[in-house]
Amino acid sequence: MSKAIATSLAALLAMAGCTASEERTLTVFAAASLTDVFTTLEQRFEDEHPDVDVRVHFAGSSRLAQQLAEGASADVFASADEDVMRDVAGEGLLTGEPTPFATNTLTIAVEPGNPLGIRGLADLAREDVTAVVCQPQVPCGSAARELAAAHDVEPRFASEEPDVTAVLGKVRAGEADAGLVYVTDVRDEAVDEVAIDGAEDAVNTYPIATLTEAPLAAEFQRFVLGAGSGVLRDAGFGAP
Amino acid sequence: MTHDRLTPAGRVPRALWAPAVLALALVTLPIAGLLLRTDFARLPTLLTSDASLHALRLSLLTAALSTVLCVLLGVPLAVVLARSTFPFVRVVRAVVLLPLVLPPVVGGFALLYSLGRNGFLGYLLDVTAGITVPFTTAAVVIAQTFVAMPFLVVSVEGALRATGEDFERVAATLGARPATVFTRVTCPLLLPALASGVVLSFARALGEFGATITFAGSLQGVTRTLPLEVYAQADADVDSAVALSLLLIVIAVVVIVVARPRSVEGVRA
Repeated sequence: MSKAIATSLAALLAMAGCTASEERTLTVFAAASLTDVFTTLEQRFEDEHPDVDVRVHFAGSSRLAQQLAEGASADVFASADEDVMRDVAGEGLLTGEPTPFATNTLTIAVEPGNPLGIRGLADLAREDVTAVVCQPQVPCGSAARELAAAHDVEPRFASEEPDVTAVLGKVRAGEADAGLVYVTDVRDEAVDEVAIDGAEDAVNTYPIATLTEAPLAAEFQRFVLGAGSGVLRDAGFGAP
Repeated sequence: MTHDRLTPAGRVPRALWAPAVLALALVTLPIAGLLLRTDFARLPTLLTSDASLHALRLSLLTAALSTVLCVLLGVPLAVVLARSTFPFVRVVRAVVLLPLVLPPVVGGFALLYSLGRNGFLGYLLDVTAGITVPFTTAAVVIAQTFVAMPFLVVSVEGALRATGEDFERVAATLGARPATVFTRVTCPLLLPALASGVVLSFARALGEFGATITFAGSLQGVTRTLPLEVYAQADADVDSAVALSLLLIVIAVVVIVVARPRSVEGVRA
Protein backbone atom coordinates (compact mmCIF):
# COMPACT_ATOMS: atom_id res chain seq x y z
CA MET A 1 0.00 0.00 0.00
CA SER A 2 2.54 2.59 1.15
CA LYS A 3 4.87 1.48 -1.62
CA ALA A 4 2.10 2.11 -4.13
CA ILE A 5 1.56 5.57 -2.68
CA ALA A 6 5.27 6.33 -2.83
CA THR A 7 5.41 5.19 -6.45
CA SER A 8 2.45 7.33 -7.47
CA LEU A 9 3.85 10.32 -5.59
CA ALA A 10 7.13 9.90 -7.45
CA ALA A 11 5.19 9.73 -10.71
CA LEU A 12 3.31 12.91 -9.79
CA LEU A 13 6.54 14.72 -8.96
CA ALA A 14 8.07 13.58 -12.23
CA MET A 15 5.03 14.91 -14.10
CA ALA A 16 5.36 18.21 -12.27
CA GLY A 17 8.83 18.53 -13.72
CA CYS A 18 10.82 17.86 -10.56
CA THR A 19 13.34 15.69 -12.30
CA ALA A 20 17.08 15.70 -11.97
CA SER A 21 17.74 16.64 -15.61
CA GLU A 22 15.97 19.99 -15.39
CA GLU A 23 18.89 22.10 -16.64
CA ARG A 24 18.60 20.56 -20.10
CA THR A 25 14.96 21.51 -20.48
CA LEU A 26 14.22 24.87 -22.07
CA THR A 27 10.77 26.37 -21.58
CA VAL A 28 9.67 28.93 -24.15
CA PHE A 29 6.52 31.04 -23.89
CA ALA A 30 5.48 32.18 -27.37
CA ALA A 31 2.59 34.18 -28.83
CA ALA A 32 -0.21 32.13 -30.42
CA SER A 33 0.60 33.61 -33.85
CA LEU A 34 4.07 32.04 -33.63
CA THR A 35 2.70 28.50 -33.29
CA ASP A 36 3.81 27.13 -36.66
CA VAL A 37 7.17 28.89 -36.80
CA PHE A 38 8.21 28.11 -33.24
CA THR A 39 7.16 24.48 -33.62
CA THR A 40 9.60 24.29 -36.53
CA LEU A 41 12.29 26.18 -34.62
CA GLU A 42 11.82 23.91 -31.60
CA GLN A 43 12.46 20.90 -33.82
CA ARG A 44 15.56 22.42 -35.42
CA PHE A 45 17.02 23.53 -32.10
CA GLU A 46 16.51 20.04 -30.69
CA ASP A 47 18.16 18.54 -33.77
CA GLU A 48 21.19 20.73 -33.12
CA HIS A 49 21.15 19.98 -29.38
CA PRO A 50 20.11 16.33 -28.99
CA ASP A 51 20.34 16.52 -25.19
CA VAL A 52 17.92 19.45 -24.92
CA ASP A 53 14.16 19.23 -24.64
CA VAL A 54 12.52 22.48 -25.74
CA ARG A 55 8.99 22.95 -24.47
CA VAL A 56 7.05 25.73 -26.15
CA HIS A 57 3.87 27.00 -24.58
CA PHE A 58 1.63 28.93 -26.98
CA ALA A 59 -1.15 31.32 -25.95
CA GLY A 60 -2.24 34.92 -26.40
CA SER A 61 0.75 37.12 -25.48
CA SER A 62 -1.12 38.93 -22.71
CA ARG A 63 -2.17 35.65 -21.13
CA LEU A 64 1.43 34.44 -21.18
CA ALA A 65 2.58 37.72 -19.63
CA GLN A 66 -0.05 37.31 -16.94
CA GLN A 67 1.11 33.76 -16.23
CA LEU A 68 4.70 34.96 -15.97
CA ALA A 69 3.67 37.74 -13.59
CA GLU A 70 1.88 35.14 -11.47
CA GLY A 71 5.02 33.07 -11.18
CA ALA A 72 5.02 30.68 -14.15
CA SER A 73 8.58 29.68 -14.92
CA ALA A 74 9.95 30.04 -18.41
CA ASP A 75 13.37 30.67 -19.91
CA VAL A 76 12.43 32.66 -22.99
CA PHE A 77 9.43 34.84 -23.86
CA ALA A 78 8.46 35.78 -27.42
CA SER A 79 5.62 38.28 -27.50
CA ALA A 80 3.43 39.49 -30.37
CA ASP A 81 3.80 43.13 -29.42
CA GLU A 82 6.08 45.45 -27.51
CA ASP A 83 3.50 46.66 -24.97
CA VAL A 84 3.13 43.18 -23.50
CA MET A 85 6.92 42.78 -23.34
CA ARG A 86 7.14 46.16 -21.55
CA ASP A 87 4.67 44.89 -18.94
CA VAL A 88 6.83 41.83 -18.32
CA ALA A 89 9.94 44.02 -18.13
CA GLY A 90 8.09 46.25 -15.68
CA GLU A 91 7.59 43.25 -13.41
CA GLY A 92 11.36 42.87 -13.34
CA LEU A 93 11.21 39.42 -14.91
CA LEU A 94 13.62 39.89 -17.82
CA THR A 95 17.30 39.00 -17.61
CA GLY A 96 18.20 40.59 -20.93
CA GLU A 97 17.11 43.40 -23.24
CA PRO A 98 14.09 42.55 -25.43
CA THR A 99 15.19 42.27 -29.05
CA PRO A 100 12.76 42.66 -31.98
CA PHE A 101 12.92 39.61 -34.26
CA ALA A 102 9.90 39.91 -36.57
CA THR A 103 6.99 42.08 -37.60
CA ASN A 104 3.48 41.18 -38.62
CA THR A 105 0.47 42.95 -40.07
CA LEU A 106 -3.22 42.15 -40.20
CA THR A 107 -5.23 40.75 -43.03
CA ILE A 108 -8.75 39.44 -43.56
CA ALA A 109 -9.23 35.68 -43.62
CA VAL A 110 -12.30 34.66 -45.60
CA GLU A 111 -13.92 31.43 -46.72
CA PRO A 112 -12.22 29.84 -49.77
CA GLY A 113 -13.40 31.63 -52.90
CA ASN A 114 -14.57 34.66 -50.90
CA PRO A 115 -18.29 34.04 -51.66
CA LEU A 116 -19.42 37.32 -50.07
CA GLY A 117 -17.02 39.40 -52.16
CA ILE A 118 -15.34 41.04 -49.18
CA ARG A 119 -12.85 43.63 -50.43
CA GLY A 120 -11.61 45.39 -47.34
CA LEU A 121 -12.09 46.50 -43.77
CA ALA A 122 -15.19 48.55 -44.61
CA ASP A 123 -17.01 45.38 -45.74
CA LEU A 124 -16.73 43.98 -42.22
CA ALA A 125 -19.42 46.49 -41.25
CA ARG A 126 -21.88 44.98 -43.75
CA GLU A 127 -25.09 43.52 -42.34
CA ASP A 128 -24.67 40.23 -44.21
CA VAL A 129 -21.10 39.65 -43.06
CA THR A 130 -20.37 37.77 -39.85
CA ALA A 131 -16.90 38.88 -38.78
CA VAL A 132 -14.81 37.90 -35.77
CA VAL A 133 -11.76 39.50 -34.18
CA CYS A 134 -9.39 39.03 -31.24
CA GLN A 135 -10.46 40.53 -27.94
CA PRO A 136 -8.83 43.93 -27.29
CA GLN A 137 -6.73 42.52 -24.43
CA VAL A 138 -4.43 40.62 -26.82
CA PRO A 139 -2.05 42.13 -29.42
CA CYS A 140 -4.01 41.03 -32.52
CA GLY A 141 -7.11 42.62 -30.99
CA SER A 142 -5.47 45.91 -30.11
CA ALA A 143 -3.85 46.05 -33.57
CA ALA A 144 -7.26 45.43 -35.16
CA ARG A 145 -8.77 48.38 -33.31
CA GLU A 146 -5.78 50.57 -34.10
CA LEU A 147 -6.13 49.73 -37.78
CA ALA A 148 -9.89 50.35 -37.84
CA ALA A 149 -9.38 53.71 -36.13
CA ALA A 150 -6.59 54.67 -38.55
CA HIS A 151 -8.87 53.85 -41.50
CA ASP A 152 -11.88 55.50 -39.89
CA VAL A 153 -14.12 52.43 -40.23
CA GLU A 154 -16.27 50.72 -37.61
CA PRO A 155 -16.46 47.00 -38.34
CA ARG A 156 -19.22 45.04 -36.59
CA PHE A 157 -17.85 41.94 -34.89
CA ALA A 158 -20.00 38.95 -33.91
CA SER A 159 -17.43 37.72 -31.42
CA GLU A 160 -14.17 38.73 -29.75
CA GLU A 161 -12.10 35.58 -29.46
CA PRO A 162 -9.38 34.96 -26.85
CA ASP A 163 -6.56 34.67 -29.40
CA VAL A 164 -5.79 34.70 -33.10
CA THR A 165 -5.95 30.92 -33.52
CA ALA A 166 -9.53 30.97 -32.22
CA VAL A 167 -10.43 33.66 -34.80
CA LEU A 168 -8.94 31.55 -37.56
CA GLY A 169 -10.78 28.49 -36.21
CA LYS A 170 -14.14 30.24 -36.50
CA VAL A 171 -13.43 31.14 -40.15
CA ARG A 172 -12.13 27.64 -40.95
CA ALA A 173 -15.24 26.08 -39.42
CA GLY A 174 -17.36 28.30 -41.65
CA GLU A 175 -19.09 29.95 -38.69
CA ALA A 176 -17.66 33.35 -39.49
CA ASP A 177 -17.44 34.84 -42.99
CA ALA A 178 -14.38 36.86 -42.13
CA GLY A 179 -11.81 37.22 -39.40
CA LEU A 180 -9.06 39.72 -38.73
CA VAL A 181 -5.86 37.69 -38.43
CA TYR A 182 -2.17 38.12 -39.14
CA VAL A 183 -0.88 37.78 -42.70
CA THR A 184 1.17 34.82 -41.44
CA ASP A 185 -2.03 32.97 -40.46
CA VAL A 186 -3.56 32.69 -43.92
CA ARG A 187 -0.85 30.60 -45.53
CA ASP A 188 -2.91 27.43 -45.64
CA GLU A 189 -5.53 26.35 -48.13
CA ALA A 190 -8.44 26.26 -45.67
CA VAL A 191 -8.98 30.02 -45.92
CA ASP A 192 -8.47 32.74 -48.50
CA GLU A 193 -6.99 36.14 -47.85
CA VAL A 194 -8.28 39.61 -48.61
CA ALA A 195 -5.33 41.96 -48.19
CA ILE A 196 -6.02 45.24 -46.43
CA ASP A 197 -4.87 48.41 -48.21
CA GLY A 198 -2.74 50.27 -45.69
CA ALA A 199 -2.36 47.30 -43.34
CA GLU A 200 1.03 48.77 -42.43
CA ASP A 201 -0.80 51.43 -40.37
CA ALA A 202 -0.82 48.86 -37.55
CA VAL A 203 2.40 46.88 -37.48
CA ASN A 204 3.11 44.51 -34.61
CA THR A 205 6.74 44.16 -33.66
CA TYR A 206 7.63 40.85 -32.01
CA PRO A 207 10.28 41.09 -29.29
CA ILE A 208 12.08 38.15 -27.69
CA ALA A 209 13.81 38.19 -24.30
CA THR A 210 15.34 35.83 -21.80
CA LEU A 211 13.80 35.27 -18.36
CA THR A 212 16.59 33.21 -16.78
CA GLU A 213 20.38 33.34 -16.73
CA ALA A 214 20.55 29.84 -18.22
CA PRO A 215 23.07 29.85 -21.11
CA LEU A 216 20.61 27.76 -23.08
CA ALA A 217 18.03 30.57 -22.94
CA ALA A 218 20.47 33.06 -24.49
CA GLU A 219 21.43 30.46 -27.05
CA PHE A 220 17.82 29.88 -28.07
CA GLN A 221 17.30 33.65 -28.42
CA ARG A 222 20.40 33.88 -30.65
CA PHE A 223 19.08 30.93 -32.66
CA VAL A 224 15.73 32.68 -33.26
CA LEU A 225 17.48 35.93 -34.26
CA GLY A 226 19.97 34.12 -36.49
CA ALA A 227 18.98 30.85 -38.12
CA GLY A 228 15.35 31.42 -37.19
CA SER A 229 15.02 34.56 -39.30
CA GLY A 230 14.92 32.50 -42.51
CA VAL A 231 12.06 30.39 -41.16
CA LEU A 232 10.23 33.52 -40.04
CA ARG A 233 10.59 35.23 -43.46
CA ASP A 234 9.40 32.03 -45.19
CA ALA A 235 6.31 32.08 -43.00
CA GLY A 236 5.56 35.65 -44.01
CA PHE A 237 6.86 37.60 -41.05
CA GLY A 238 8.57 40.89 -41.83
CA ALA A 239 12.07 41.89 -40.75
CA PRO A 240 12.10 44.18 -37.71
CA MET B 1 -29.18 9.04 4.50
CA THR B 2 -27.47 6.26 6.35
CA HIS B 3 -27.05 7.74 9.81
CA ASP B 4 -27.15 4.31 11.42
CA ARG B 5 -23.94 3.30 9.67
CA LEU B 6 -21.90 6.38 10.55
CA THR B 7 -18.69 5.47 12.31
CA PRO B 8 -17.75 7.57 15.35
CA ALA B 9 -14.70 9.68 14.60
CA GLY B 10 -12.48 7.64 16.90
CA ARG B 11 -13.08 4.52 14.88
CA VAL B 12 -12.09 5.87 11.49
CA PRO B 13 -8.98 3.91 10.44
CA ARG B 14 -5.98 6.13 11.14
CA ALA B 15 -4.57 5.56 7.65
CA LEU B 16 -7.51 7.48 6.15
CA TRP B 17 -6.83 10.72 7.97
CA ALA B 18 -3.82 11.90 5.98
CA PRO B 19 -5.40 11.50 2.51
CA ALA B 20 -8.69 12.89 3.84
CA VAL B 21 -7.00 16.05 5.10
CA LEU B 22 -5.10 16.30 1.82
CA ALA B 23 -8.35 16.01 -0.12
CA LEU B 24 -9.93 18.74 1.97
CA ALA B 25 -6.88 20.95 1.48
CA LEU B 26 -7.08 20.42 -2.27
CA VAL B 27 -10.61 21.85 -2.27
CA THR B 28 -10.18 24.63 0.27
CA LEU B 29 -6.67 25.97 -0.33
CA PRO B 30 -7.29 27.21 -3.89
CA ILE B 31 -10.37 29.09 -2.65
CA ALA B 32 -8.23 30.56 0.14
CA GLY B 33 -5.65 31.54 -2.47
CA LEU B 34 -8.29 33.35 -4.48
CA LEU B 35 -9.52 35.18 -1.39
CA LEU B 36 -5.97 36.25 -0.52
CA ARG B 37 -5.49 37.56 -4.06
CA THR B 38 -8.74 39.57 -3.96
CA ASP B 39 -8.44 43.35 -3.88
CA PHE B 40 -11.33 43.90 -1.44
CA ALA B 41 -10.95 47.68 -1.43
CA ARG B 42 -11.61 47.85 -5.17
CA LEU B 43 -14.16 45.02 -5.18
CA PRO B 44 -17.26 47.26 -5.53
CA THR B 45 -15.64 49.19 -8.40
CA LEU B 46 -14.51 46.04 -10.17
CA LEU B 47 -17.88 44.31 -9.85
CA THR B 48 -19.83 47.32 -11.08
CA SER B 49 -17.73 48.00 -14.18
CA ASP B 50 -19.65 48.10 -17.43
CA ALA B 51 -18.24 44.77 -18.62
CA SER B 52 -18.93 43.03 -15.28
CA LEU B 53 -22.53 44.23 -15.10
CA HIS B 54 -23.18 43.18 -18.69
CA ALA B 55 -21.74 39.74 -17.97
CA LEU B 56 -23.70 39.37 -14.74
CA ARG B 57 -26.99 40.41 -16.36
CA LEU B 58 -26.40 38.11 -19.33
CA SER B 59 -25.42 35.20 -17.08
CA LEU B 60 -28.49 35.50 -14.87
CA LEU B 61 -30.78 35.87 -17.87
CA THR B 62 -29.39 32.95 -19.87
CA ALA B 63 -29.05 30.64 -16.86
CA ALA B 64 -32.67 31.39 -15.88
CA LEU B 65 -33.89 30.76 -19.44
CA SER B 66 -31.99 27.51 -19.79
CA THR B 67 -33.25 26.35 -16.38
CA VAL B 68 -36.82 26.96 -17.56
CA LEU B 69 -36.03 24.98 -20.74
CA CYS B 70 -34.52 22.21 -18.61
CA VAL B 71 -37.75 21.97 -16.59
CA LEU B 72 -40.09 22.17 -19.57
CA LEU B 73 -38.19 19.50 -21.50
CA GLY B 74 -36.38 17.58 -18.76
CA VAL B 75 -39.35 16.71 -16.53
CA PRO B 76 -41.31 15.02 -19.33
CA LEU B 77 -38.14 13.19 -20.36
CA ALA B 78 -37.54 12.04 -16.78
CA VAL B 79 -41.12 10.77 -16.52
CA VAL B 80 -40.80 8.89 -19.79
CA LEU B 81 -37.48 7.36 -18.69
CA ALA B 82 -38.79 6.35 -15.27
CA ARG B 83 -42.21 5.06 -16.24
CA SER B 84 -42.16 3.77 -19.78
CA THR B 85 -41.20 0.23 -20.61
CA PHE B 86 -40.02 0.49 -24.18
CA PRO B 87 -36.98 -1.68 -24.87
CA PHE B 88 -34.27 0.92 -25.47
CA VAL B 89 -34.98 2.97 -22.37
CA ARG B 90 -31.62 2.05 -20.81
CA VAL B 91 -29.76 3.16 -23.91
CA VAL B 92 -31.72 6.40 -24.03
CA ARG B 93 -30.92 7.09 -20.37
CA ALA B 94 -27.21 6.63 -21.07
CA VAL B 95 -27.42 9.05 -24.02
CA VAL B 96 -29.24 11.65 -21.92
CA LEU B 97 -26.46 11.51 -19.33
CA LEU B 98 -23.77 12.07 -21.97
CA PRO B 99 -23.40 15.86 -21.44
CA LEU B 100 -22.77 15.14 -17.76
CA VAL B 101 -19.55 13.28 -18.47
CA LEU B 102 -18.57 14.90 -21.77
CA PRO B 103 -15.97 17.70 -21.64
CA PRO B 104 -18.03 20.86 -22.31
CA VAL B 105 -15.75 21.93 -25.15
CA VAL B 106 -16.64 18.68 -26.93
CA GLY B 107 -20.29 19.51 -26.36
CA GLY B 108 -19.60 22.90 -27.94
CA PHE B 109 -18.14 21.23 -31.02
CA ALA B 110 -21.10 18.86 -31.23
CA LEU B 111 -23.45 21.86 -31.13
CA LEU B 112 -21.33 23.72 -33.68
CA TYR B 113 -21.47 20.86 -36.16
CA SER B 114 -25.21 20.34 -35.71
CA LEU B 115 -26.63 23.82 -35.16
CA GLY B 116 -23.74 25.82 -36.66
CA ARG B 117 -24.05 27.28 -40.14
CA ASN B 118 -22.50 24.18 -41.66
CA GLY B 119 -24.24 21.71 -39.36
CA PHE B 120 -27.20 19.81 -40.79
CA LEU B 121 -29.78 21.44 -38.48
CA GLY B 122 -28.15 24.85 -38.69
CA TYR B 123 -28.11 24.69 -42.48
CA LEU B 124 -31.79 23.74 -42.51
CA LEU B 125 -32.65 26.63 -40.17
CA ASP B 126 -30.63 29.04 -42.29
CA VAL B 127 -32.24 27.96 -45.57
CA THR B 128 -35.83 27.64 -44.36
CA ALA B 129 -36.11 30.41 -41.79
CA GLY B 130 -33.00 32.54 -42.28
CA ILE B 131 -31.97 31.86 -38.69
CA THR B 132 -28.31 31.48 -37.74
CA VAL B 133 -27.68 30.36 -34.18
CA PRO B 134 -23.95 30.83 -33.42
CA PHE B 135 -22.88 34.19 -31.94
CA THR B 136 -26.37 34.83 -30.52
CA THR B 137 -27.70 34.83 -26.97
CA ALA B 138 -29.89 31.92 -28.05
CA ALA B 139 -26.72 29.92 -28.69
CA VAL B 140 -25.63 30.56 -25.10
CA VAL B 141 -29.00 29.31 -23.81
CA ILE B 142 -28.80 26.20 -25.99
CA ALA B 143 -25.25 25.43 -24.83
CA GLN B 144 -26.25 25.87 -21.18
CA THR B 145 -29.38 23.76 -21.58
CA PHE B 146 -27.32 21.05 -23.25
CA VAL B 147 -24.93 20.74 -20.30
CA ALA B 148 -27.46 21.39 -17.52
CA MET B 149 -30.35 19.17 -18.58
CA PRO B 150 -28.91 15.87 -17.26
CA PHE B 151 -28.81 17.26 -13.71
CA LEU B 152 -32.53 17.86 -13.78
CA VAL B 153 -33.35 14.57 -15.46
CA VAL B 154 -31.23 12.58 -12.99
CA SER B 155 -32.80 14.33 -9.98
CA VAL B 156 -36.39 13.92 -11.12
CA GLU B 157 -36.03 10.44 -12.53
CA GLY B 158 -34.36 9.24 -9.33
CA ALA B 159 -37.23 10.60 -7.26
CA LEU B 160 -39.80 9.00 -9.54
CA ARG B 161 -38.15 5.61 -9.23
CA ALA B 162 -37.81 5.95 -5.46
CA THR B 163 -41.47 6.84 -4.86
CA GLY B 164 -42.74 4.03 -7.08
CA GLU B 165 -46.03 3.93 -8.90
CA ASP B 166 -48.40 2.97 -6.10
CA PHE B 167 -50.03 6.38 -5.63
CA GLU B 168 -50.47 6.78 -9.37
CA ARG B 169 -52.01 3.33 -9.72
CA VAL B 170 -54.48 4.05 -6.94
CA ALA B 171 -55.44 7.38 -8.54
CA ALA B 172 -55.95 5.62 -11.84
CA THR B 173 -58.18 2.92 -10.27
CA LEU B 174 -60.23 5.73 -8.75
CA GLY B 175 -60.93 6.95 -12.28
CA ALA B 176 -58.32 9.66 -12.84
CA ARG B 177 -57.12 10.00 -16.42
CA PRO B 178 -53.32 9.88 -17.11
CA ALA B 179 -53.11 13.68 -17.49
CA THR B 180 -54.91 14.19 -14.16
CA VAL B 181 -52.69 11.61 -12.46
CA PHE B 182 -49.62 13.46 -13.76
CA THR B 183 -50.68 16.93 -12.60
CA ARG B 184 -52.38 15.95 -9.31
CA VAL B 185 -50.26 13.03 -8.11
CA THR B 186 -46.91 12.72 -9.92
CA CYS B 187 -46.01 16.43 -9.92
CA PRO B 188 -46.59 17.12 -6.20
CA LEU B 189 -44.54 14.01 -5.34
CA LEU B 190 -41.74 15.36 -7.51
CA LEU B 191 -41.51 18.84 -6.04
CA PRO B 192 -38.53 18.35 -3.67
CA ALA B 193 -36.47 16.56 -6.32
CA LEU B 194 -37.53 19.12 -8.91
CA ALA B 195 -36.39 21.95 -6.63
CA SER B 196 -32.93 20.51 -6.17
CA GLY B 197 -32.74 19.63 -9.88
CA VAL B 198 -33.60 23.23 -10.72
CA VAL B 199 -30.92 24.60 -8.41
CA LEU B 200 -28.29 22.23 -9.78
CA SER B 201 -29.09 22.92 -13.42
CA PHE B 202 -29.12 26.65 -12.77
CA ALA B 203 -25.67 26.36 -11.16
CA ARG B 204 -24.36 24.29 -14.04
CA ALA B 205 -25.79 26.71 -16.59
CA LEU B 206 -24.26 29.66 -14.75
CA GLY B 207 -20.84 28.03 -14.74
CA GLU B 208 -20.93 26.94 -18.39
CA PHE B 209 -17.77 27.95 -20.25
CA GLY B 210 -16.39 25.45 -22.77
CA ALA B 211 -19.50 24.82 -24.83
CA THR B 212 -20.38 28.52 -24.81
CA ILE B 213 -17.05 29.88 -26.05
CA THR B 214 -16.85 27.14 -28.69
CA PHE B 215 -20.41 27.42 -29.96
CA ALA B 216 -21.58 30.93 -29.11
CA GLY B 217 -18.39 33.00 -29.19
CA SER B 218 -17.65 35.86 -26.85
CA LEU B 219 -19.10 39.36 -27.18
CA GLN B 220 -19.99 41.75 -24.39
CA GLY B 221 -23.73 41.92 -23.73
CA VAL B 222 -24.54 39.21 -26.29
CA THR B 223 -22.63 36.03 -25.50
CA ARG B 224 -19.98 36.92 -22.93
CA THR B 225 -21.30 35.42 -19.70
CA LEU B 226 -19.54 35.68 -16.32
CA PRO B 227 -17.16 32.74 -16.84
CA LEU B 228 -16.22 34.05 -20.29
CA GLU B 229 -15.68 37.52 -18.85
CA VAL B 230 -13.40 36.01 -16.20
CA TYR B 231 -11.40 34.32 -18.96
CA ALA B 232 -11.24 37.50 -21.06
CA GLN B 233 -10.20 39.67 -18.11
CA ALA B 234 -7.56 37.17 -17.00
CA ASP B 235 -5.54 38.40 -19.99
CA ALA B 236 -5.38 41.99 -18.94
CA ASP B 237 -6.97 42.84 -15.62
CA VAL B 238 -6.40 40.04 -13.13
CA ASP B 239 -7.99 41.96 -10.25
CA SER B 240 -11.20 42.14 -12.21
CA ALA B 241 -11.05 38.44 -13.09
CA VAL B 242 -10.47 37.57 -9.44
CA ALA B 243 -13.37 39.76 -8.30
CA LEU B 244 -15.72 38.07 -10.77
CA SER B 245 -14.44 34.65 -9.70
CA LEU B 246 -15.27 35.56 -6.13
CA LEU B 247 -18.78 36.51 -7.23
CA LEU B 248 -19.20 33.11 -8.89
CA ILE B 249 -17.95 31.39 -5.75
CA VAL B 250 -20.50 33.27 -3.65
CA ILE B 251 -23.25 32.17 -6.03
CA ALA B 252 -21.95 28.59 -5.85
CA VAL B 253 -22.00 28.63 -2.04
CA VAL B 254 -25.58 29.94 -2.08
CA VAL B 255 -26.51 27.14 -4.46
CA ILE B 256 -24.98 24.48 -2.21
CA VAL B 257 -26.77 25.87 0.83
CA VAL B 258 -30.10 26.02 -0.99
CA ALA B 259 -29.79 22.64 -2.67
CA ARG B 260 -28.77 20.72 0.46
CA PRO B 261 -29.09 17.99 1.36
CA ARG B 262 -31.00 15.96 -1.18
CA SER B 263 -29.05 16.59 -4.33
CA VAL B 264 -25.58 17.66 -3.26
CA GLU B 265 -25.22 14.96 -0.66
CA GLY B 266 -25.99 12.31 -3.21
CA VAL B 267 -28.24 12.26 -6.23
CA ARG B 268 -30.19 9.07 -6.12
CA ALA B 269 -29.92 7.67 -9.59
